[in-house]
Amino acid sequence: MGRKLLLDKVQIENIRFYDVYRREGGYRSVEKVLKTMSPLDVVEEVKTSGLRGRGGAGFPTGLKWSFLAKPEGIPRYLIVNADESEPGTFKDRYLMELLPHLLIEGMIVSAYALGSNCSYIYIRGEYSWIVDILEQAIAEAKNNGWLGKNILGSGFDCEIYVQRGAGAYICGEETALLESLEGKRGNPRIKPPFPAVKGLWDCPTVVNNVETIAAVVPIINEGAEEYAKIGIGKSTGTKLISACGNIINQGVFEIDMTISVEEFIFSDEYCGGIANNRKLKACIPGGSSVPILPANLLLKTTKGNQRMMTYESLAEGGFQSGSMMGSGGFIVLDDNQCVVKHTYTLARFYRHESCGQCSPCREGTGWMEKILHKIENGKGKQSDIDLLWDIQRKIDGNTICPFGEAAAWPVAAAIRHFRDEFEWHIDNPELCLQKNYGIANYAKPIEILV
Amino acid sequence: MSAPKQIFKVTIDNITIDVEQGTTVLQAARKIGGDVAPPTMCYYSKLQGSGGKCRTCLVEIAEGSKADPRPMPKLMASCKTNVMDGMVVKNITSQKVIDARNGVVEFLLLNHPLDCPVCDQAGECDLQDLSYNHGKDGTRYEFERRTFEKEDIGPHIQLHMTRCILCYRCTYVADQLTNQRVHGILDRGDHSEISTYISKAIDNDFSGNMIDVCPVGALTDKTFRFKNRVWFTKSLNAHRNCDKCCGQVTLWQRGNEVLRVTARKDEWNEVQNVDGKPGWICNDCRFEKKKTSDWVIEGETVINRHSVMAQGKYPGLIKPKETIADVMSGRQPKLLMDIHDVSDVNEPHIDLSLIQGAATSKTFDKDSKQPT
Amino acid sequence: MKFSEEKIKEVEKIISHFPEGKHKSALIPVLHLAQQEFGGWLSVDTMDYVATLLRIEPIEVYEVATFYSMYNLTPVGSYLFEVCHTGPCMLNGSDDIIKYIFEKLGIKPGETTGDKLFTLKTVECLGACGYAPMMQLGKNYREHLTKEKIDAIVEECRNKIIASN
Repeated sequence: MGRKLLLDKVQIENIRFYDVYRREGGYRSVEKVLKTMSPLDVVEEVKTSGLRGRGGAGFPTGLKWSFLAKPEGIPRYLIVNADESEPGTFKDRYLMELLPHLLIEGMIVSAYALGSNCSYIYIRGEYSWIVDILEQAIAEAKNNGWLGKNILGSGFDCEIYVQRGAGAYICGEETALLESLEGKRGNPRIKPPFPAVKGLWDCPTVVNNVETIAAVVPIINEGAEEYAKIGIGKSTGTKLISACGNIINQGVFEIDMTISVEEFIFSDEYCGGIANNRKLKACIPGGSSVPILPANLLLKTTKGNQRMMTYESLAEGGFQSGSMMGSGGFIVLDDNQCVVKHTYTLARFYRHESCGQCSPCREGTGWMEKILHKIENGKGKQSDIDLLWDIQRKIDGNTICPFGEAAAWPVAAAIRHFRDEFEWHIDNPELCLQKNYGIANYAKPIEILV
Repeated sequence: MSAPKQIFKVTIDNITIDVEQGTTVLQAARKIGGDVAPPTMCYYSKLQGSGGKCRTCLVEIAEGSKADPRPMPKLMASCKTNVMDGMVVKNITSQKVIDARNGVVEFLLLNHPLDCPVCDQAGECDLQDLSYNHGKDGTRYEFERRTFEKEDIGPHIQLHMTRCILCYRCTYVADQLTNQRVHGILDRGDHSEISTYISKAIDNDFSGNMIDVCPVGALTDKTFRFKNRVWFTKSLNAHRNCDKCCGQVTLWQRGNEVLRVTARKDEWNEVQNVDGKPGWICNDCRFEKKKTSDWVIEGETVINRHSVMAQGKYPGLIKPKETIADVMSGRQPKLLMDIHDVSDVNEPHIDLSLIQGAATSKTFDKDSKQPT
Repeated sequence: MKFSEEKIKEVEKIISHFPEGKHKSALIPVLHLAQQEFGGWLSVDTMDYVATLLRIEPIEVYEVATFYSMYNLTPVGSYLFEVCHTGPCMLNGSDDIIKYIFEKLGIKPGETTGDKLFTLKTVECLGACGYAPMMQLGKNYREHLTKEKIDAIVEECRNKIIASN
């Protein structure tokens, strides 16, 4: 059994409510920091823990916090990014639904470290019932003196508000989120200036993912060094993985970053293997934006090493033969699934979600979707594959925000690793047109190493 | 109070210049001028907040600064990137930049209708220039182009959304020059459009400036619509006393008729500064003053380099040597030729100048006689 | 068109979350409230009312309302089935669900039944990938959808309408 730091008490009945949460040791970290640590101590502690942003980019959290500008007389803001919308990712939702107080506890500690007296949780609009859960938890925390003015007599004031989005994946990008929080269209801002200097209403702001903020609690409770002992290399601590697709146990798992991808997929503790007695064909290990990998490259690196569930190991081999940890949205495709169709649905997603501000993304995502639709429906040409490749190349890196890459990478990786499937679609238009979506028995069988 | 601005050295395409701290890479490149200046479709120096969106001005930052010479991993929008001391920038010397720019042009043209023959902007269109310089012949796009319903936004301005490249400039004009913005960007992604949502007239003293900042033919002057091709018009600088604006304009005439009035443009196709401030003009000057007598004419306009008309209209342009006149000791070419010298076929026995009225085939009948 | 006293209090509460002068931040939640109160969609009148309420220009409301996918800009049926069809849901058979709803109710994505009871909309990832296929119905998610579950949901909606009449 792997070590659990976030979900260790998730099975306890009514842990969602304050009384149970407190009885089980909740809010200890707030007591500890307010009574025994300075804000700088907390930032140092988080730095020492090696915690990396759990939203997708994997940026060291302590370092991000240390960039926060601290001009006199200007408020600073902590924003929790709960705009979880990356296909394959549903871990934050799980955490907020079942352990809302863990997030609030982490927010109080983080807000103290950053000197933020007012913090917001920006949650995707569709999670409307979770808004109620969070607001109830905030009210409970406030009634028990964990929020409001002069908490525990420390002189520190802290308020938390929940703000609902209204359906826009792009608002998960931190500057688009800030625009949305200001009541505007979710158009990402051009950086620099970074939010740490000019964020919400031009004030210094830190935006962190839900899981990142929750992880601050065990870091404070267990001590940063203890936390850093878990995991391999720069992948410290535990990570929530939301696993879905064609596996037996779909759901959210907490892993300490020491297990292999193979163990994660096939052990009963986690995914429990491939559903319907089928074989593993491919997997997108970190949310829809990261490169898809065929089974052989997923389980072992080109050097022949076991691929591990760590930031470094998942990225080993670069984009030629590796992928990324991303947001931890683990999508598994069995050998009955069609990569062309799957890539098409993702391209459609990105086209739908592009904010339309900059030209490569606005025009490029639409173009890719149309070509993939054409190929999927048996009307493609062989030259379309190279055209797709060229389009994604011209989006990648040339846009205002990382959305461009997020839209380009899935297409690039699908062509890189499954070109034969695209070619099959083009060469067999009649079979494609049978609308027998999802039946991919034409694809070259992939040698499975397990 | 504030310390004097530092002077930074920046090298763009191997040319090094000194600029003040806070200058953008684009402004530094424009200081050098010529091809070193990246093209821009959305950036407009006189509109606060503009830029960064079209991605045509992307450049490679080969060295970040003297203090930290690491290159920047991605191409940067030069209009939004500040110069650092010792920065090394590659624009036209970078294959990566050229490649990305070609891509951006292709993206911008993807859904553009290419109706240049019937577009009033033709001849002074930034997108035309851009595609001429960076575009490919032919398109790889084989789907139906995006079109929009026509929307009426008032008596003076024509909105042709299908041509729009979403530079956002006109929304900045509305925000920064007028007291109320009634139009904006609606929808998102590749369905985004400029609209008022409720077909409201955009009516404001300075709304006409949206036409001047529009890089394509999406916003055009209704009073000039289909009147003439810009390259057939003569442009004159003129002014009048106006209590609303600077009153300094360019008149576009055919004969003595004023077909159109615009603000004066500088070499980057932006509104010129007048007394240190952008020379925006009011709708009165633009739409209502269409008589030569309304204006004091100053003289011919220096046409900016973006215009196709510039070819014939650059003052001080050296024209090719008139060889024939030279050889024929000053006689004009048209006086040199006697039609009878050129061809035997053309030897009418009738003196053409003496024919009364229109000539017919009968005039040249063998039997016909020389009219007297 | 006007919010009730109670809803006005709710609007004031939302505005109170933000510093003085930053009331525009309340726009997105207030639009949610307006959509819920005024017939499940945002008419021009509704949006203009929200603009007045928040002391902003109407165009600022239109810009935001058209950007976010949760706002309906045309009328919808009493029950809006928002079925996800992005990658992971597709892997688990969302196409079959959409097809089944068509067979059952005769509506394709974007259409409303003649009795104005049901509208079908396909949406992109709602963050329930592990519980696919799924749809959003009102405030809640309906997950692990099957044909039988669709039958039950349709039945449930019809009963609710009967009960409310």
